[in-house]
Amino acid sequence: MYFDSIGDLIHMAGHGVFVWSSYGITFLALLALIIYPLRKKQKLLKAIKQRSLFEQENVQHESKT
Amino acid sequence: MWQFFHKLGSPRWFYQISSSLLPWLGVLSAALIITATVWGLAFAPMDFKQGNSFRIIYIHVPSAFLALAGYYTMAIAGAVYLIWRMKMAEIVLRVAAPIGAVMTFLALITGAIWGKPTWGAWWVWDARITSMLVLFFLYMGVVALAGSYQRADLGSKAAAILALVGTVNIPIIYKSVDWWYSLHQPATIKFTSKPSIHPDMLWPLLLMIVGFYLLYAVLIMLHARAEIVQREQRTRWIQELAK
Repeated sequence: MYFDSIGDLIHMAGHGVFVWSSYGITFLALLALIIYPLRKKQKLLKAIKQRSLFEQENVQHESKT
Repeated sequence: MWQFFHKLGSPRWFYQISSSLLPWLGVLSAALIITATVWGLAFAPMDFKQGNSFRIIYIHVPSAFLALAGYYTMAIAGAVYLIWRMKMAEIVLRVAAPIGAVMTFLALITGAIWGKPTWGAWWVWDARITSMLVLFFLYMGVVALAGSYQRADLGSKAAAILALVGTVNIPIIYKSVDWWYSLHQPATIKFTSKPSIHPDMLWPLLLMIVGFYLLYAVLIMLHARAEIVQREQRTRWIQELAK
């Protein structure tokens, strides 16, 4: 490691706040960009499944009456 | 060739191909980004002029690269959509805009955080920074236009035209550090000459850039897949997929 200790790595001779905050913001933003479409797709698929089940039930119901 | 082109325009084909590519691309980009982050933060030597704040370069430069590459992606998709009315091009045009906006935002914010200890200011109205801010507004304009019509195809057309017109900003961004007097340092990596950076500092940067490009491909695929499911929800193959 370039630094002598973990404390030095965190402090970075006074520049730690700047360096760590930029990395923090970047990784949070990238993570959000990954999670958002995954959750959106999951929700959509769930809604589509429920709708098709509902439609199937309706069809069965109509055929009985 | 034309058959390939035709397939490329099919959302279903894209969905299937991306399913098999995503795990590989995802693992590879995560491995590269994690390696480069640890290397850049803890092992690369310190810059003797800028001190440790220079370590921000490892995320600032890759996100700026992707902000520009993302714009090409969006503009080319826009052109393909306008000429051939290809479904997949429309989807890529729409999803590339918010991803590009985030990348540009990251380049701007990490630049501001880097500017404070290095230049003594969070923000200067300098040619490079101002043209990047214009890029951010262009992305936001495309996002807004794409979503502002009742009929989705009209929104996509308007967004595609704005994306194409906005490409005039791209050469301005590239040349801004040469054309105007600027606080922003000139390019670190050039194709025509040796990089102005020590190899120990360069390696993590190169790894991070490749990692970011792969991540960009992953992001486009993830966002496009969600969009495909939404648009094609009435088709049989999506109904099958939902089961």
